[in-house]
Amino acid sequence: MDKKRVLLIAAGALALPLIAMPALAQGAVADQWKWLTFLVFGAIIAVTMYVTFVAAKRVKTAADFYAAGGGVSGLQNGWAIAGDYLSAASFLGIAGLISLYGYDGFMYSVGWLVAYITVLLVIAEPCRNIGKYTLSDILAYRNDPKKARIVGAISTITVSTFYLTAQMVGAGVLIKTLIGIDYEVSVITVGVLMLAYVLFGGMVATTWVQIIKAVLLVCASILMVIMVWSQYGFFGDFLTNVVGDAKVQARVAALIGDKATNLSATQLGQIFLEPGLFLKVPLDQISLGMALVFGTAGMPHILMRFFTVPTAQAARTSVNWAMAIIGGFYVLTLFLGMGAAMKVGAPAIAGIDPGGNMANPLLAQALGGGPDSLGGNLFMAFVSAVAFATIVAVVAGLVLAAASAMAHDLYVGVIRKEHVTPQEQVKAARIATIFVGAMAIVIGISAKGQNVAHLVALAFAVASSANFPCVLLTLFWKRCNTGGIVLGMIVGTVAAIGLVMVSPNLTYPKAVKAAAQKVVDGAPARMAPITEALASGDAAKIAKAEKDKAAVDKAVAAAKANLEKFKGDDTSIMGLEKPLFELRNPGLISIPLGFLAVILGSLLYRDKRSEDMWDELYVRQTTGILAAKATAH
Amino acid sequence: MSTAATPAAQAPRPPLNWKAIDEDPRFQTLHSKKVTFLTSLMVFSLIYYFLLPIGAAYFTDLFKIKVYGVVNVGILFALSQFIVAWGIAFYYTAKAKKFDAMAAELVRDADKIGR
Repeated sequence: MDKKRVLLIAAGALALPLIAMPALAQGAVADQWKWLTFLVFGAIIAVTMYVTFVAAKRVKTAADFYAAGGGVSGLQNGWAIAGDYLSAASFLGIAGLISLYGYDGFMYSVGWLVAYITVLLVIAEPCRNIGKYTLSDILAYRNDPKKARIVGAISTITVSTFYLTAQMVGAGVLIKTLIGIDYEVSVITVGVLMLAYVLFGGMVATTWVQIIKAVLLVCASILMVIMVWSQYGFFGDFLTNVVGDAKVQARVAALIGDKATNLSATQLGQIFLEPGLFLKVPLDQISLGMALVFGTAGMPHILMRFFTVPTAQAARTSVNWAMAIIGGFYVLTLFLGMGAAMKVGAPAIAGIDPGGNMANPLLAQALGGGPDSLGGNLFMAFVSAVAFATIVAVVAGLVLAAASAMAHDLYVGVIRKEHVTPQEQVKAARIATIFVGAMAIVIGISAKGQNVAHLVALAFAVASSANFPCVLLTLFWKRCNTGGIVLGMIVGTVAAIGLVMVSPNLTYPKAVKAAAQKVVDGAPARMAPITEALASGDAAKIAKAEKDKAAVDKAVAAAKANLEKFKGDDTSIMGLEKPLFELRNPGLISIPLGFLAVILGSLLYRDKRSEDMWDELYVRQTTGILAAKATAH
Repeated sequence: MSTAATPAAQAPRPPLNWKAIDEDPRFQTLHSKKVTFLTSLMVFSLIYYFLLPIGAAYFTDLFKIKVYGVVNVGILFALSQFIVAWGIAFYYTAKAKKFDAMAAELVRDADKIGR
């Protein structure tokens, strides 16, 4: 295959939707500045395409395709892990939460870092010592290879598909919000780009795309934080400014409603630095924390990164670097989020996107000189392009993980029983990549307008309830066997998915309609003072009243649209009128269930291979004997 | 092609006596020290982390106490999570180097043990 030509055609095909832009909807970037955004997008795409082109020459074997030949250094892998992990949800979502809800948003970010302690202590090195390309390789080491590969592959594909769908839908919505490109075009662009990276460059290109993206992300954040500090001061002064800021005080007053009446302005500002504005269900918080802390260690695309380094020591170094980068990033996010709360203000942020995702791009615009300046728009274009690169890099890692489960575990391991030539292995990997990539695009487009927030929760729930108990107990528990991991995978996955399906994550039409009806019914009462103000003759009052009227009209229109959308529909897709399980995150219940299932399954079942292989697995995972041999081809 | 599940079989030398290595007193020392260390560090890190959501939900008044200026206990405790996480990683890495040295001896002698 003439890779160069194919690659160029792929790149050209990619550029097409970007150049031949369909009718532009309104995005955060003003029309006259869109060319600037495309220029920065184009530059990033060009660099990553070049990297893929160079990488493609180095990808010859399955080991190159799945694990970059084990030739990634600890430092490089640390950046790549950060690039794989810091999704748009982190870069845009957490900064957005902090900008809208203060302390609670920051607290939310902590679990994402602590998750890496689990990875560092019990997962990274043992997996490096005995693993090869996939999560199933670890399970198949001492358990029945066929059964282990089947359950491992199914769970890998399940977790990756959930996460992938959330990312694809997020990409479509995000790019539309940023620059107004149509949803479908955004999804296809992300899909084709990611396919080009993975298909031609395998893990080598994926690693470099993730490194480039992580470096850009960190640089953009540092630059923004320095600008925020220069304006609002460092730590103590900065927080004092937050408390004293009129926009922040107004936001808190709006959030707490009637309780605000007896409080002074400073007291209101202080509440922004206290817990309770966003997270109302404590058990849900603890449950989410469990899913993060145990789920990250069970994420197939994260596990896979440890097979790219040559030794357990390099795996350790890479987690240390990843923790430094990820942790540093989240600390900066505190200043980005609160900076946006002061500089941009909650109404402007939530006005474009209620979830707060536009806080960072809008902050960049404001810091660079405002919506009408070249500097502001250049900076915003840069931050938007970084967000775009972020999505593509995360999606590439997920596709690689799902494709490796299909090609390496199911096709090569189970169907062909390892009897394949090296050429066939690479071919299988590429075909699986095209399949997963195409699937991601189709799912992304068909899920348009769907509520996908629960899919990330689902991915972490399955990873923490099924994958993590199976991997941990396979590595550290002598009695663990095939029966345990099969039962654990099934119970963990079913419990996690089942609980989410009956949780408040889904849309419950009856509740939505009741809320919408309330808005419609309450509109006349809200309009009364506005009509009065409009008739008052006071110019300032009229201007404010017109704004209020527009807001009420918008809310009523949205409520009516909802009433129409769910007409004659009273139940969620599970046929429920209200949630059966009150937590959004099932981890609190499903993780213990997963562990229990592995233990019970192991005790009830006997598997001679699992027992015989224990000494070998345990000695190897602890000492690293023969570890270098595993990647030598 | 050998099976991926047993890469050891690909090694040119005869298979190692895994049972004997497992029973070697040096391995037993390494194993018990490592497991004790990992378990206690893991438990500590989990307790420290979950104090944050638990504290924010059930000890809100404590989190609101101002330490200096507008900076309250909650902010400092959340920031301490980062310091503690990095500290755990640092401590683990230092300790792991000692385990590496113990393991290196076993890796060197692996061929001889049990023969």
